[in-house]
Amino acid sequence: MKKAIAALIAFLFFLMFVNILNSDSEEFKGIPKFGEVNLTERVSNKYISKSVSGDSGEIVYGKTENAESGSANMVTSIVVNYRSFDTLGEVTVLFLAATGVAILIGGGQRKSLAISVNPIVKISARIIATLLLAFGAYVFIHGHLTPGGGFPGGTIIAAGTLLMLVADDKKRTSKLLKILEGTMGFLYVVIGIAGLLVTGSFLKNFLPTGTMGNLFSAGLIPIIYSVIGLKVGAELSALLDDFFAEEGRK
Amino acid sequence: MSVISFIIGIVLVVSAIIAIEAKKLITSVVMLSLASLLAVVSFVLLKAPDVAITEASVGAGLTTAIFLLTLKRLGRRESE
Repeated sequence: MKKAIAALIAFLFFLMFVNILNSDSEEFKGIPKFGEVNLTERVSNKYISKSVSGDSGEIVYGKTENAESGSANMVTSIVVNYRSFDTLGEVTVLFLAATGVAILIGGGQRKSLAISVNPIVKISARIIATLLLAFGAYVFIHGHLTPGGGFPGGTIIAAGTLLMLVADDKKRTSKLLKILEGTMGFLYVVIGIAGLLVTGSFLKNFLPTGTMGNLFSAGLIPIIYSVIGLKVGAELSALLDDFFAEEGRK
Repeated sequence: MSVISFIIGIVLVVSAIIAIEAKKLITSVVMLSLASLLAVVSFVLLKAPDVAITEASVGAGLTTAIFLLTLKRLGRRESE
């Protein structure tokens, strides 16, 4: 009986979504069909052509200098430049979640293994973890040019740390991780306040944006994404480290 | 393209239903991981590489690891 009701509700939701997606017609304006949106009459066009505070002409990759937002990756230019305050909130949410995990299960002793980890496993885990750390750093440093950014980069770094934790005899990471995390969170707010002091609005880009498509371009964006990447990486590594603590023993 | 995305969509929905209905929690975790992997493929087909790379690292990678570690902690008390 329960399952029949659940299936009925799911079917009704399916019908609702199909109806909403097909709702665009002559007399009733609904959600436009996939691929048939006229972007020029929408607000998002302003963000895509980087002309929110005035028309800045055509944007050409590798040629345009001092664009409003110098990031070649459109998503990054919105996430870290136009809507950077949202990202600060996201980082805060992740910080609170990691703090909750640390309060609930962190701080216990580690279980000592009867047999130490095989040296072959240890050394190959170290090699792969190094590659993962380098790839994570690449993803967040190139966040303004290629897909990716601080959050996926930090998560890839945490995956490398997980590999090191599994292959480690003592199942411990460095205590410096929490210090790094706190410093990076502080630095993000300091960058925001510096923008407030220099330009008059919080988190505004006050560095020159340079030629679009270069590694050293887009002003504050690579700096903020590196800060976010290091913060998320340290945070999630410390969170995974908490999971290896033994229950009930301090 | 449309045939591939149809197949991916159907397998995604089926794996999500199995993840809800499975008796063993470990099956749910594996099926959830499969669902996020297929979501990554469909994001790439929809030309959203930013979302795809985040989903691949967070949804398919770290969330599965955290769920497995949580299951390991639960395993001592709850016989599932």
